[in-house]
Amino acid sequence: MAELIVISTLNGVLFGMLLFLLSSGLTVIFSMMGVLNFAHASFYMLGAFFGYQLTRWIGFWPALVIAPLLVGAVGMAVERYGLRNTHKHGHVAELLLTFGLAFAIEEIVSMIWGKSPVDYRVPAVLDFPAFTVFSTNYPAYKIFMLVVSVVIFIALLVTLKRTRVGLIVQAALTHPSMVGHLGHNVGRVFMLVFGVGSALAGLAGVIAGPSLVTQSDMAALLGPILFVVIVFGGLGSLPGAFIASLLIGLIQTFAVALNGSLASVFGPLDPSLGASPLTDIWNVTIAQIAPILPYLLLVLVLIFRPMGLLGTRES
Amino acid sequence: MTAAIQVNAVEKSFGNVRIIRDLNLSVAKGERHAIIGPNGAGKSTTFNLISGHIKPTSGEIRLNGEVTSGLRPFEINRRGLSRSFQVTNVFARMTVWENVRCAVLWATGHRYAFWKNVDDLPEVKQRTAEILDDIHLSHRRDVPAGLLTYAEQRELEIGITIAGGASVIMLDEPTAGMSHAETERAVALIRRLTEGRTLVIVEHDMSVVFGLADRISVLVYGHIIASGTPEEIRGNPKVKEAYLGEEVD
Amino acid sequence: MTNAPTPSIAAAKQESGGALGFYGVWLLAAVALVVLPLIFSSGGSLTSFSLIGIAIIFALSYNILLGQTGLLSFGHAVQYGLGGFLAVHAMNAVASHNWPIPLPVIPLVGGIGGLAFALLVGWVMTKRAGTVFAMISLGIGELVASSSLILRSVFGGESGITTDRTSLMPMFGWTFGPQIQVYYLIAFWVLVSAIAMYALTRTPLGRICNAVRDNPERVEFIGYDPHVVRYLAYMFAGFFAGIAGGLTAINFEIANSAYLGATQSGFVLFSAFIGGTAYFFGPIIGAILVTYLQLGLTSVTSVWQLYFGIIFIGIVMFAPGGIAGILMKHRPLIRAGTLGTVIPSYLVAAIPTLAFALGIILTIETVARFSGGDPINLLGIPFVASAPTTWAAAAVLLVGGFLVARITWRGVAEAWDRAATVARDRGYLA
Repeated sequence: MAELIVISTLNGVLFGMLLFLLSSGLTVIFSMMGVLNFAHASFYMLGAFFGYQLTRWIGFWPALVIAPLLVGAVGMAVERYGLRNTHKHGHVAELLLTFGLAFAIEEIVSMIWGKSPVDYRVPAVLDFPAFTVFSTNYPAYKIFMLVVSVVIFIALLVTLKRTRVGLIVQAALTHPSMVGHLGHNVGRVFMLVFGVGSALAGLAGVIAGPSLVTQSDMAALLGPILFVVIVFGGLGSLPGAFIASLLIGLIQTFAVALNGSLASVFGPLDPSLGASPLTDIWNVTIAQIAPILPYLLLVLVLIFRPMGLLGTRES
Repeated sequence: MTAAIQVNAVEKSFGNVRIIRDLNLSVAKGERHAIIGPNGAGKSTTFNLISGHIKPTSGEIRLNGEVTSGLRPFEINRRGLSRSFQVTNVFARMTVWENVRCAVLWATGHRYAFWKNVDDLPEVKQRTAEILDDIHLSHRRDVPAGLLTYAEQRELEIGITIAGGASVIMLDEPTAGMSHAETERAVALIRRLTEGRTLVIVEHDMSVVFGLADRISVLVYGHIIASGTPEEIRGNPKVKEAYLGEEVD
Repeated sequence: MTNAPTPSIAAAKQESGGALGFYGVWLLAAVALVVLPLIFSSGGSLTSFSLIGIAIIFALSYNILLGQTGLLSFGHAVQYGLGGFLAVHAMNAVASHNWPIPLPVIPLVGGIGGLAFALLVGWVMTKRAGTVFAMISLGIGELVASSSLILRSVFGGESGITTDRTSLMPMFGWTFGPQIQVYYLIAFWVLVSAIAMYALTRTPLGRICNAVRDNPERVEFIGYDPHVVRYLAYMFAGFFAGIAGGLTAINFEIANSAYLGATQSGFVLFSAFIGGTAYFFGPIIGAILVTYLQLGLTSVTSVWQLYFGIIFIGIVMFAPGGIAGILMKHRPLIRAGTLGTVIPSYLVAAIPTLAFALGIILTIETVARFSGGDPINLLGIPFVASAPTTWAAAAVLLVGGFLVARITWRGVAEAWDRAATVARDRGYLA
């Protein structure tokens, strides 16, 4: 049991940090531009596939730097040539554009790399157990992922607190209506923010790819969870997104690790009851309901705290 | 007789900033009451408080004797108060006719009905047509509201506001941005359409204010410093001081 | 109000003229639905018509949300799918108990399923509109789709739940075994649902939905609670989506968890938006086109979904009114008689635009078939994906087409401005 707790906590924090790499960008983009970027998880997927391809061509370490930059460039192009032209049609049109992009990116990825998982491996240098907890070897690569995400987290924090762009972003988070008064370079700030957000998502993809499964449906699987994270944390709140990322990361990881069901706790139901939703619920394991837990959380938050954990506005 | 609007000791703070301080206002039934004051005095906030757009931090607002502070805007509207907006606030993609008709529907009792043909409601049709005639927009009835000229949109705004037949009408700077001729036309329109009703108006144009209002309240820094007939306000030294040389007449 | 009633002829004039045309259109639609399978009687076209009919109901129901009320939903398939499941369970129950309920009533059960779910979750969901509603609808969609895999006794797990539509009592001697009978059942419901949904737009609620779409804040000051309005719209949309789901269950004799999923929700959004959400008939065009392409393209190319994505992105960026919007834009020009001045510029622009489109297709197919596959057949010309000549052709079409098209479209815009100015001068709004 103690082993499970230690390992799951580590994995949960790791997953949470990955989620935050994505949700931070999503939150900032949403607050500044009013655009809920449906394609954000697609940039994460692009990161993973670019990382995979570049690793094959030039090795993992160059890929770690180049792939996120490429994804950032794609993001900037999307902002410059897509969103900026769609802006005049309103936020719904912008949201639909990113929805269409997410759809198209998934199709393009599966067209080029196929629908089955690609063989994106942990680099040999990091392919060893970092330490052993009880009887489980904890892979060094996961520690590497954790280190990278923590470093990025700190870098983000410093950027936000110490740089001019950071201050603009902060101002935009608290007073979204003021963004329009930023001055003549507002277009460049938007493009930059969108690019950095996409690059961060791409980075998350590059480092998560070898550890998780790199497949053309990875964006569709993660995207909705990201939305849960930012609604749960409170729209426009970076600390909220951070706490929600960690919380959902931990909850999902622990749920996957737990095999218990109501049947295993209270004993099986009387078989004479036959098959019914009750027996389904009775026999389902916590691991099996792990995928729906974030959405259950979403519903609960909406009912009991519509502005999210740390949010200040309702919409 | 109970007042149409009674505001008692209302306070409103945004964060640490007190926008409205100890606001007391009484508007009698059938009275035309103007609220004036320098920019940023809290006139629009006062409107928003009375119409339920925002809730007071403390204090009490009554409409025809009934407490309405804390109610939602549509609940207050159903109790007989209708307001217009300083920034034109119409249904842009719908035609002029449909804009006014939507504002007629609740008051004529059709509410959320989904079993009636909206084109087949004689009293709705008649009332909408009357209001379009009143605001001189009959010839523009099939034009989407978003395509009207500015002055026409202002008139439509007034039309939507009075369409429900509310007994208390609140107009927020109805003539803002209008030319002199347009303003005169709008004032005549307002005078005619609010006949027999209670009118509260926020206005910067002093000729409009003094020509239209029975009583005037002067709002400065979220507090009413004077309330009275136009003559009383003209002669009030506090008002002159507040306007600091600005022309009051 | 005590004003003396002023007679207004203007008000009465318009509606009486529209009534004849109104019934005419529906009569025409009914005749078309009856005659269609007589002209195209092959099994394949019957299946296609059936699917298109269902897609029309589904897309129209979606437009109650998006076009009428301004609610962007990413989870509309939930009500559709639940309607389908309820219909399947209802059919099995009716068959096993020998209840005297004929098959044509079953879609109504589906509708009730969709309605019931909307009733249950709608109040919380429609609290807010805009982006928040969009995200919540997505979350609820995922929740239901994932839950359906857990509640196996109700949803049948991966394989779904099957039924036999012929096991219900026959009606007028019809067993609904043959596809033609199913087609007429669907056609009947298409007509009834479309008329009902059109009628809904003409009710006080329908008009207030439009007002909520345009300006929810203002609605609060004319006596309405926008939350209630959105909730009611959500329930109506759920009801008609459920009918579509029930028809699908009848058509395929199965309901499975794919009915509830994100793909299905995405396709109804595509249909409605590509067709155009601002006009009632827009989603009908969209549903016909998207279903037709879906059926037609799958046999031609393996990456047909990508083409949907590209068409959708193109519509969002360049014609957010959809096909209906493009068509209706020309109405004032037709009325003013200035359409003729625009057409030459269209013809000029069509050639490079077509070249550009062919360039996109050739590029996509080259990438898709690079590692093997049939040669690309483009307008009868075979291209081999691995040949450099193919790449060159694709590049020329793509770049050349784009550059020339851009110039010609400027010409279109100028011709448009002139024609629209003339139309305005003649008193037709453009």
